[in-house]
Amino acid sequence: MKKTFKFKLIDWLLILLMILPLVCGMALRVLTKPVSEGISITGVMIFKEFKLPFQNLLISEANVNSWLVLVSLTALALYMTHGMREGVKCRRHLAAEWVVETTDKLVRSNMGEYFKQFSPFICAIIGYSAFSSLSSLIGLFPPTSDFSTVFGWALLVFILITYYKLKGGVGNYVKGYFEPIPFFAPLNVIGELATPISMSFRHYGNILSGSVISALIASALGGLSRSVFGSIAESVPFLQMGLPAVLSVYFDVFSGCLQAFIFAMLTMLNISGGFPKELYEKRKEKKELRRSGKTAA
Amino acid sequence: MELAMGIILGCCALGAGIAMIAGIGPGIGEGQAVAKACEAIGRQPEAKSEVTSTMIMGCAIAETTGIYALVIAILLIFVAPGIFAGVLKSVIGG
Repeated sequence: MKKTFKFKLIDWLLILLMILPLVCGMALRVLTKPVSEGISITGVMIFKEFKLPFQNLLISEANVNSWLVLVSLTALALYMTHGMREGVKCRRHLAAEWVVETTDKLVRSNMGEYFKQFSPFICAIIGYSAFSSLSSLIGLFPPTSDFSTVFGWALLVFILITYYKLKGGVGNYVKGYFEPIPFFAPLNVIGELATPISMSFRHYGNILSGSVISALIASALGGLSRSVFGSIAESVPFLQMGLPAVLSVYFDVFSGCLQAFIFAMLTMLNISGGFPKELYEKRKEKKELRRSGKTAA
Repeated sequence: MELAMGIILGCCALGAGIAMIAGIGPGIGEGQAVAKACEAIGRQPEAKSEVTSTMIMGCAIAETTGIYALVIAILLIFVAPGIFAGVLKSVIGG
């Protein structure tokens, strides 16, 4: 296939759209970050605050960065599937196919045939979470180390879990809380509410602890090099080179990808585990029977 | 006032240290999981990839309690002293 000028132009535009948000985020970080000495472990920076009746709406660094990651990811997806059609074999098309096939297989083996339309959702969760965590590699504030971001995802998953549990009938859903004996009802409610909290805390805690430990080690190494090399190290802290980069491979790359995978895995297991398949099929049969009875009458 | 502030700071640091005792649990648990995974791979080398992925998944979930403790400790060291000092100031009024 001969690449036309228009094809190449769109390619370059998509690549630009992929890189530009990240550069914007870095520029924003450099422009707005207050200069500080030593360790600075603060929460997320808040850019703007809107007054609303119940709760003030905050536009924080995590919001902005997660939108930047989203734009970049969308451009990546468009780039990988650009010009995709039958018979054209290209490296990026094969990569895109591999991603889709792998998530399809994962969803099918973990959730069963009924939930096979969940594959894009799971793929989006993995990609969004992994790339959000990995954005700390280029100096951005990772959106996943802000609790509100991750709790939003967990809340979405909780709504999905409850929706699929309700498919077995509202009565059965309420009855599920009073099993094995009615005395356990409060404990069951707490257990139900604990799912989103534990999911979000697991993800957020891992990413946050990684960045905190990295910051502590970097500042400790800076102090050590200052005390060993004296005044030369004031401008160049020698010992800060090397070790933090090696640790970042574990704390940023490995931990970020692993937590993304685990969040998606728990999403799949919770949704498919809570779905009462037999009750749903029984209800469906009953409904069909009633409907056919009506039409016959 | 100084005494009260000192007690607040000291107790926050102590609490953070005590919270991290929870690190013992995940350490033992993950060690057990990895040991069993090694045994399983030794017995069935062809199932290595499956055993490894399951083990990493289980380890990450077992790590949760440790992570909770770490979050609590980080909050106690970096966030709680400021809040408690604010409460103290508003109560004493100085």
